[in-house]
Amino acid sequence: MTLARGDVLLRVSGLTAGYARPVVGPLSFEVRAGEVLGLWGQNGTGKSTILKAIGNAARVFAGRIEQAPGLTLAFLEQQPARLPLMPVTGHELLRAAGAARTEAPPALAAILHRRLDRLSGGQYQLLWVWSALATAAELVLLDEPTNNLDPDAEARLVDLIVRPGNGRAVLLVSHEQRFLESACSRIVEVSAERESGCSS
Amino acid sequence: MFELIPVLALDPLFRLPFVTGLLLAGLLPVLGAVLTLRQEWLAALGLAHLAAASALIGLAAGLPAVLGGTLGALLAGAVKALLRACGNAAYAFMILIGWSAMLLVAANSAVGDSLGHAIIDGQLYFAGLTELLLSLLLVAIAAHRLPWLMPLILRATFFPCFETANRRPAWRWRLGLDLLTAASLAVATATLGLMGAFALVFVPAWIAFRLAPSWRWTLILAALIGGGVYLAAFLAALALDQPFGPVLVALLVAGAGLTALIGIGRSSAT
Repeated sequence: MTLARGDVLLRVSGLTAGYARPVVGPLSFEVRAGEVLGLWGQNGTGKSTILKAIGNAARVFAGRIEQAPGLTLAFLEQQPARLPLMPVTGHELLRAAGAARTEAPPALAAILHRRLDRLSGGQYQLLWVWSALATAAELVLLDEPTNNLDPDAEARLVDLIVRPGNGRAVLLVSHEQRFLESACSRIVEVSAERESGCSS
Repeated sequence: MFELIPVLALDPLFRLPFVTGLLLAGLLPVLGAVLTLRQEWLAALGLAHLAAASALIGLAAGLPAVLGGTLGALLAGAVKALLRACGNAAYAFMILIGWSAMLLVAANSAVGDSLGHAIIDGQLYFAGLTELLLSLLLVAIAAHRLPWLMPLILRATFFPCFETANRRPAWRWRLGLDLLTAASLAVATATLGLMGAFALVFVPAWIAFRLAPSWRWTLILAALIGGGVYLAAFLAALALDQPFGPVLVALLVAGAGLTALIGIGRSSAT
């Protein structure tokens, strides 16, 4: 898929989403190639449900989610998979994600030979996010990627997200407004009041 | 014990069972590593019980044990994949259904209790050309398909939302993996016995997960441990005139104990 900066990759129109019953919406926004869009809201406002609806893991009650033809998504939920033992190296994780061809930032490149279960929680989380950002996916969905990160790791996460990515867009969900302001080119507020929707 | 090696190599009576077991001892630990990564290792015990039960049902119906067991296990593997039955509760029910059916068929059919015991203990020395050919076929399928399956398995483990988000059908590779596992466990149960087959799935992977520096080495180490311990068990069982299945399980468990001791030694040294 060839992307030109500014192409609309995702258009969400009047979306009401949830599981057994609606938990968020209606809301509307667009994500364009090359931008980092943040969805901000307090805990419990249904931000994660929006990402799940886009990732076909939550029910759409009303409205539409339109994707550019041939769009590939990378979708990371709030926590990386943590098994008691993970005899898988960072190199192998990147290969599995389809991200082995992109050169990793030096701080991550230095730990790629180590087993995932021998990394600190922060190192693993940064590597996991990088493995999604470095794939060929045109749109990366990240749900609360700062969970369990200290301020230093959070700053490195911002660096990873804002690195230019060949027209790739990022849709970020977080309750940390300061982090979103550092990482995003645009922020949409998700309100707890279903009727009031969102504002940008 | 080592003077037995030429006997193994030359005596056709032992050659077929030996090669059949060796093939399975290399294959099952690799599948075990995959099942451990997917946190599905208990499914192997469930499939082995169901394979044993269906082998006995097949025997009662006049089919060879390995054929009945394979058909039953394939059916169980397909049902598991299509119903997406996973988690300890699902595997516990597989074990209970298989155990109950196996013992009820053994108690109420002409094949009787002795054949039930044979399947639980294993009848490696009676493995013939059918078992050897099936083992060869399974190893060939695994060698051909696992390099294709492995990236999908790793991606599904660490990026579980990818396939749903992109509407990619995951059922095909999941079904393929479940069928390969089920068929391998069925053939192994008919030759190495129920617990021997399960131990080869579980223990080498358990050890390799603790020692290997990477996923590639986990697979290699698991296969080497399986093959090495199998060889030692085959020779020890012949030399000491002991049943093969329990010797194999005892050696594997001893290896796991040694690994645990090494782990304790390492953690107390740091």
